[in-house]
Amino acid sequence: MSNIHVTTTVNGDSVEFLCDPRETLLDVLRDRLTLTGAKEGCGTGDCGACSVMLDGRLVSSCLVLGAEAEGKTIETVEGMANGEELHPLQRKIIEHAALQCGVCTPGILVAAKALLEKNPDPSESEIRFWLAGNLCRCTGYDKIIRAIQDAAAEMRGAA
Amino acid sequence: MSVKAPLPHDTAGLHVAGSARYIDDIPVPANCLHLAFGLSNEARGVITGADLSAVRAAPGVITVLKATDLPHENDVSAAAHDEPLLAQGEVFYHGQPIFLVVATSHLAARKAARLANITISKRPAIITIDEALSANSRFEGEALVWNNGDAETALNTAPRNVEGSIEIGGQEHFYLESQAALAQPQENGDMLINSSTQHPTEIQHKVAEALGKPMHSVRVESRRMGGGFGGKESQGNALAVACAVAASQTGQPCKMRYDRDDDMVITGKRHDFRINYRAGFTKDGKILGVEFVHYARCGWAADLSLPVADRAMLHADNAYYVPAMRIESHRLKTNTTSATAYRGFGGPQGMLGMERVMDHIAHELKLDPAELRQRNFYASQKDTGPKQRTHYNQKVTDFELHEMLERLTDTAQYAARKKAVSDWNANNDILKKGLAFSPLKFGISFTLSHLNQAGALVHIYQDGSVHLNHGGTEMGQGLNQKIAQVAASEFGLPMERIRITATDTAKVPNTSATAASSGSDLNGMAVKNACNKLKKRIIRILSNHWETTQSDVIFTDGMVQIGHHSMSFDAAARLAYESRVSLSATGFYRTPKLSWDRLKGRGRPFYYFAYGAAITEVVIDTLTGENRILRTDILHDAGTSLNPALDIGQVEGAYVQGAGWLTMEELVWDTSGRLQTHAPSTYKIPTCADRPDVFNVALWPGENRENTIYRSKAVGEPPFMLGISAFLALSDAIAACGEIYPALDAPATPERILKAVNRVRLG
Repeated sequence: MSNIHVTTTVNGDSVEFLCDPRETLLDVLRDRLTLTGAKEGCGTGDCGACSVMLDGRLVSSCLVLGAEAEGKTIETVEGMANGEELHPLQRKIIEHAALQCGVCTPGILVAAKALLEKNPDPSESEIRFWLAGNLCRCTGYDKIIRAIQDAAAEMRGAA
Repeated sequence: MSVKAPLPHDTAGLHVAGSARYIDDIPVPANCLHLAFGLSNEARGVITGADLSAVRAAPGVITVLKATDLPHENDVSAAAHDEPLLAQGEVFYHGQPIFLVVATSHLAARKAARLANITISKRPAIITIDEALSANSRFEGEALVWNNGDAETALNTAPRNVEGSIEIGGQEHFYLESQAALAQPQENGDMLINSSTQHPTEIQHKVAEALGKPMHSVRVESRRMGGGFGGKESQGNALAVACAVAASQTGQPCKMRYDRDDDMVITGKRHDFRINYRAGFTKDGKILGVEFVHYARCGWAADLSLPVADRAMLHADNAYYVPAMRIESHRLKTNTTSATAYRGFGGPQGMLGMERVMDHIAHELKLDPAELRQRNFYASQKDTGPKQRTHYNQKVTDFELHEMLERLTDTAQYAARKKAVSDWNANNDILKKGLAFSPLKFGISFTLSHLNQAGALVHIYQDGSVHLNHGGTEMGQGLNQKIAQVAASEFGLPMERIRITATDTAKVPNTSATAASSGSDLNGMAVKNACNKLKKRIIRILSNHWETTQSDVIFTDGMVQIGHHSMSFDAAARLAYESRVSLSATGFYRTPKLSWDRLKGRGRPFYYFAYGAAITEVVIDTLTGENRILRTDILHDAGTSLNPALDIGQVEGAYVQGAGWLTMEELVWDTSGRLQTHAPSTYKIPTCADRPDVFNVALWPGENRENTIYRSKAVGEPPFMLGISAFLALSDAIAACGEIYPALDAPATPERILKAVNRVRLG
C-alpha cells in the first residue's frame, strides 16, 4: 500500500509527513515525528497512556489513524510547557511527587488539561471519573488527584 | 541535609515534559530491525511440523529463527536451565515462543508471526492445582516441610479448633511499559544491550551464554523501567537474548517490545495459591498451633518459584507468635505461563493464609478481630522478657505493631466506626458495610543470602560535580533520588551537584536484581562506602594543606571546613586533583548477620522486619456483589525515611495494587490453558475511580534498630500487603448477612462476593 501525504498542525507547528494508511496516529507521532511523550500502554484504547488532543477533543492516539490528522490540530504533552515555563499541571505533578515510573504521566497531563479547559473547578469525583480511563499502576492515584486540584485552584486564581 | 527531605523523583521534570526515555523511545539507527515471537497455540504438545514459508515471504521479513538456528545456549531461565528461548520439539504452555521473526518494522514482525503453519500433536495439559496434584507434577520432587514444635499435639489438645481453605488468585504485573530490549552490535563481536530490566547482570549473563562469549563482551544498560513490580526480574531475558542473537546474525541493531497482549500471554505472573489450614487456640483466642498446606501453581518452568514458595512459608506467621507450626509447601508444575517474582514474592500469599486463620478464629469466638490479633502479636520490642522466635527460629527483636495498632485505631477511630458499621448493618438489608484491620511484618533480605551485596562507583570531577552509579535499577520507585540524597548528604552538597547515571554493567559489575525491597538498603550503603573513601582522601589532602588534624574536617553546605579554614567543595576537589589524588572510588556492601538453611527452615534469613498496619472500610451491594472501598487509614514503618514523599507514594501505590490483587484483578485460564484475560479490556486493575474515597497514609516515626542506611527501612514490597485489609473488610461485610463464616476466596470479585452472600444467607 502506498504512503499518503498528510498536512497537519502539531503543538502549533505546521507539520507534513508521509505514512502508511494503516498506521496509527500514535505510531506517526512516535516513529515519524519523534514525539515519544505519548506511550503505547495497550494499543486498544483502554489505558490512556497515548492520550492526545485532536481538534480540541481528547483521544487515544492508538485508535486514530495518522491519515485522520489531515487538516486537523494535534496537541501532545510536548506542547504543554511554554518554553522553559511549565504548565501549572506539570509543575504540580512534580511538587506533589505524583508520578513514579512516569509512563502514564503524559497521558494524565493531557487528559487533565482537557478537563480543566471544560471545567476549571472540577469536584474530586469529577476528576476521578474523568481520569478513570488513564491507568496508573504505581501511585494509587491519590497524589495525582491532589496535584490536579492544586493546579486547578492556582489556574482559577490566575484567571 | 538531603536525606529525609521529601524531594520528588529525580527525573520528574523529564517525565512531565514527555522527554524521559524508555527503551522504545531511544533513537535508533535507520537500519534497526524489529522482532516478534511466533507463539504456541496449544498448552502442551509435540511440534510435528513447522512450515514458516509464509512467514519468511511476508513483507518486511528479513529472517526467521527456530530453536535449531540458535548458535549457542537456547536458555533464558534465571537459574534452572529449563526455559528455552524458542521451543525445542515440545511446547509447555499456550503462548510459548516457538520461532522469532526479524523484520523491518514492529508491525511487519508481528503480522508475519501470525502466518506460520505449526502443527502440534496435543498432549494432556495440566492446568489447575488439582490436575497437578493428581498427576504428581511438581518441582523439587516432593513437598518441603518445616516443623517448629509439635503442631499436631498442640492442635489435638487445644480447647478450640478451626479449619478451612482459601483459594488465592495470581496477578498480572501490568507495568505500563511492556517488556522491551534493544541490542546494538559493537566492534569485535561485542554487544550493547539496553533493557527494561530489574536485573542487568542476569541479562548480561544470559546474552553472553547465548552468544557463546564471556560476560566482558556484553554491556547492559538500564536507565529506567516503566514499572517493574518483579515482572522485570527474569521476564526480560527472552527479549534481550532474542535481540542479541538477531543483532549478532544480521549485524544490525535489533529491538523488541511486546505488544500488551503478547506480554500478558507470554510472561509470568504472581503465583496463585491454595492454602489449607487447621488452627488450635484457647477460648480467649490465643493461638496454640497451626498447620498450613501451601499449594503454589508455578507454571511450566522453575523460574523463581522455589524462593517465592519459601518466602510464602517464611511469612506464614505474619505478625503472630505461634508456639507450634507445621507448613507443607507443594510447588506444582503446570502447563501455564511460568509464575514469577511479583512484589512481596510469595510473602503476601503466606501472610493472607495467616490473616484468614485470624479472621476465622475471631468469627468463631465472636471476638473483635483487631483485639484478637493484638493478643497474638509477638512481644513488643520494649518488652524486657526473652525475645520470641519465629517458626524458623529468628528472634523478633524489633516488633513495633503494638504501638502502631494503638496509634492507628485511635487516629482511624476504629472502635466508634466499628459500632457505626454494626448499626448500619442492623438497619440496612441491601448495602452492607465492613471494617477490618490488618497488620504486616515483612522480612527484609534476599533469602538466598549471597545476593545481599551491592556495589557502587562514585567519581568527583575536577569542577567538584559528582557522578554516581550503583547496581540498583530505577523502575519508578525513586531509588536513584534516594541514593543521590545519600551522596549529597555525605558530601554536604546540594542535589544539583550529584548526577546519577543509567545502571550499567560496565560501571558496577555482578549486581543483584533490584528486588526484595533491597534497592536503597544495599545500594545506599555501597554508595556511602564509596563516598567515605573519597572523603578520607580529600581530608588527608586538606589537613596536610593547612597542617591541621584530620578530625577537624566537616563537609557541609557545599563547603569543606578544616578547623578555622574553609574552602568550597569544588576548590577542594580541584586541590585534590592537582595533588594527584584519585577522585574515583568503588563502594561495596554486604548485609551482616545473615545465616539461613532453607531445607531445615532454620536460621536468620532476614536482617530486620518492616511493619505496617491498615484499617479499611468497604460497602457491598448484596444484590449484585458490587463493592467500594470507602476509607483507608494506613500507618507504615519505613524506619527513618530517606524520603517521605517517595515512601508515602510507595505505600499508597502498593496498597491500591494489593487491594486490586484481592478484589478486582482476576486471571482466567480456560480448560485448555488459554489465558482469557490478556488485555486491559478484560483484566481490570484499579482505576482512579477505585481508589478509596478517604485515604489517610502516615509513616510511623520510628527508626531501624539495625544499622541500615540512615536507619531507614525498605519500603518497596511491605505495604503491598496492607491491601489484605480490603479483602478482610469485604469478608466482614458479607459476614453481616448471616451467621456462618463467609470463607471468601480471592480475588473477591462481585461474582464471588454475591455467591458468598448467598451462602451466608442460607446458613
